[in-house]
Amino acid sequence: MKTLPLLPLLAALLAVGLPARAIEIREVVSPGGIEAWLVEDRSNPILAISFAFEGGAAADPAGKEGRANLAAALLDEGAGELDAAAFRGELERRSIDISFDTTRDSLYGTLVTLTDRRQRAGELLAMALTEPRFDGEAVERIRRQVMSTLARRQHQPDARAAEALQASLFPGHPYGRPSRGTPESVAALETTDLEAYVAERLARDNLTVGVVGDIAAEELGPYLDALFGRLPERAAPLAVEQTRVQAAGQRQTVNLPVPQSSIMLAQQGPLRDDPDYYALAVVDEVLGGGGFSSRLYDEVREKRGLAYGVWSSLRPMDKAGIWYAGTSTQTGRVGEAVAVIQQVWRELAAEGPTDEEIGQAVNYIAGSFLLSLSSSEAIATTLVKIQDLDLGIDYIDRRQQIYESLTPEEIRAAARRWLKPEALAIAIAGAPTGPDAATDAETPAVLETD
Amino acid sequence: MPDFLLSRRGLLTAAAALPFAGLPLAVGHSARADIFPAESLVLENGLTVVVTTNRRVPLVTQLLLYRVGAADELPGKSGVAHFLEHLMFKGTRRHPTGVYSDAVAAVGGQENAFTGQDYTGYWQTVPKRSIETVMAFEADRMLNLTLDEAEVLPEREVILEERRSRIDNRPSAQLRAAQLASLFRNHPYGIPIIGWEREMRGLTAEDALGFYDSWYGPQNAILILGGDLDLSEALPIVERTYGGLARRGRDSRRARPREPVSLTARRTELTSPLAAEPQFSRVYLVPHRSELGPGDPEALQLLSMLLGGGNTSRLYRDLVLGRSLALAAGSYDRGEVLDYPTLSLYARPVPGVEIAVLEREIDAQIARFLEEGADATALDEAKDRLQAAAVLVRDDPKTAPRVIGTAMAVGDSLATIQSWPERVAAVTPEQVNALAHRVLQPRRSVTGILHPERPAL
Repeated sequence: MKTLPLLPLLAALLAVGLPARAIEIREVVSPGGIEAWLVEDRSNPILAISFAFEGGAAADPAGKEGRANLAAALLDEGAGELDAAAFRGELERRSIDISFDTTRDSLYGTLVTLTDRRQRAGELLAMALTEPRFDGEAVERIRRQVMSTLARRQHQPDARAAEALQASLFPGHPYGRPSRGTPESVAALETTDLEAYVAERLARDNLTVGVVGDIAAEELGPYLDALFGRLPERAAPLAVEQTRVQAAGQRQTVNLPVPQSSIMLAQQGPLRDDPDYYALAVVDEVLGGGGFSSRLYDEVREKRGLAYGVWSSLRPMDKAGIWYAGTSTQTGRVGEAVAVIQQVWRELAAEGPTDEEIGQAVNYIAGSFLLSLSSSEAIATTLVKIQDLDLGIDYIDRRQQIYESLTPEEIRAAARRWLKPEALAIAIAGAPTGPDAATDAETPAVLETD
Repeated sequence: MPDFLLSRRGLLTAAAALPFAGLPLAVGHSARADIFPAESLVLENGLTVVVTTNRRVPLVTQLLLYRVGAADELPGKSGVAHFLEHLMFKGTRRHPTGVYSDAVAAVGGQENAFTGQDYTGYWQTVPKRSIETVMAFEADRMLNLTLDEAEVLPEREVILEERRSRIDNRPSAQLRAAQLASLFRNHPYGIPIIGWEREMRGLTAEDALGFYDSWYGPQNAILILGGDLDLSEALPIVERTYGGLARRGRDSRRARPREPVSLTARRTELTSPLAAEPQFSRVYLVPHRSELGPGDPEALQLLSMLLGGGNTSRLYRDLVLGRSLALAAGSYDRGEVLDYPTLSLYARPVPGVEIAVLEREIDAQIARFLEEGADATALDEAKDRLQAAAVLVRDDPKTAPRVIGTAMAVGDSLATIQSWPERVAAVTPEQVNALAHRVLQPRRSVTGILHPERPAL
């Protein structure tokens, strides 16, 4: 069996000894039974807490799309005895950062505070989670902001292409619906809907917590109880069906009068626990990953100057796996860009990545992961994700070995098995006439040629 | 924002991270901060070297900043500073295209580059043991860049695509570009960093190399090493890699044209089918940095916070929370520049509120602020927030080199940077008020209004 050479970065870390913050994860259970992973780090008087509740936009009932998004945006707009101005004002004055964000699968939250005010920070977060007020003024104000975001996204080619693609990938499934909702659904949301989201999803059996920074395990226990102890014990059952991507080979166009069109593509990808996941992560890195060399980057950008950015990304959601790619190019070259991406896909599907590409991609995947663990908040969020995916408390240590132990042959076999150039679903958002044609309104619409 | 820094892969990263989320515009003040432990010296060839130690992880960031940016371009060659930044990723005689980037990727490192009006920076973060390798590569490309026409032409298409992403597809960015072009009538800050499209189309390898030969040399550069090493460890490596480089090109003093006195308030209005909703913005020209007194840059930051920095600011409390006239309202300052800082206001009206009404209310708030002066309690709270920011900014070890480097590139000394918290603490309400009266004058401003226009489908 051919294995990859020991990664230089891993070797460096083994030699130097990775400092405590990156590997010493402790499992802490509070007196009240709240579990969290802790990386204690005393280098700065800063505490970062990241947490997630399972159940995001995909849990929005039909007709109430945008419920999770609006509810999350309102959690810190007044809670307990403090109205929005008082609550947000106190956070700001004390430089306490509390933020919430929803994905289709989860509600994520973070708290970042200086240590000297962490007690009050914890009280405010607990209030936001258990006593959000949803005052009429705040609901209408944030609803207007969401509507404004929706309106602006209507004019953004990235957003339009992504939304059109997503709808075609998952017809009839919650994953296909716009996660921020539609103007109609957001306008119809009632305060009781928002309260229902909080009551159904924000519960202790649904919670994952990661903590990084200036706190000892003994102090963290009681602190966790203060933060999360008042949450109800059980969340409502989640009813999102497992599904696969549809729309194989379909192509759609959204007309938008912009000089540069957005192109998004997708095919079936692996779930996170698929045995091929790690091999495909290497393939994806070669295809269009984050380093400065990928096949898409070379062919689309470096050789042809078709785009500023071009990328691919595996997106394993809880109930479906998706493999995305995307770029933006001037309207007159959309057809060419699509053809180049399809050709890259075909070649990689036929032959898979070379040994050299694999070695480089594995090194990059290993190293860039560790480099990304630089801020306390980033580490805390990683702790949450590792727990949510059930990867084990030693995952950060094991991760490199997992990638190292893959053989080039199994990576190429996975590429051949999964990459389906003919099945790519494509959405393009842009103008029917390019910028050069804009002066001549009679020019027939030429978006692309195949 | 067209006046914001451009980075080589900025949009790509954002797009890759968030295929379904809106891409937020990076607005807000950079968290300028302090108290990074740091030491500096100047090599014989003129290279300024700064080492800022942070041993939390066995990684080192190298940031090489040139004291040259878009505002130093020759007339007619707008965009060449940024074009050169892209082309620096091509090759040298010794290291053909891709070798350097491959070496960074091979150790799992990260790299990128950015171009501003006043500086151009290249950075890598790598495991400590690989730092000499990237320093040798970086030193090599300071003097030995070679460009092949076959690589240059596609890259020119890339920067044109970048321009479309950043400006042409975004009406608020088009409006901002027009406002700055109107605000700066004589100084090059009025030209977008990325360039005017027509001039970008004409840029050649010769233009890029001309700029390179004029400005890229050790005497014009600041090398910042941040992370798991100290000056005594770093010095021998610095000597081996950068020590032998010869001075080249001009020195780093940059005398740019000054702005004439302005007698007129200016307006720019853009009606665009790409705009979803109306938007108000205004940018004020702050006096040249050489005409600002001690503490004025910090007072500008505090003034911006009091007017529109967050939920407790005047504009937000009155227009968004109090009277529901605006969906959003705020301000931001760009103080860390070589020549002219700016102070900007923005607001988007609630549907049904006329943009003219919103503008009138913003003017009324400014008038009231000038009349009443800064509230002492609010000012103290704003100072507390900056003091907290000075601690929070230490969290990510990759931040220190960027903060130190960009401040030094616009002329701050290391001592000045490190004393930032004390200087913030020393700002008085009188100082904020005096600066407000100097800056918040209609004749120093350009107001920009964006109007949506439904496309004729």
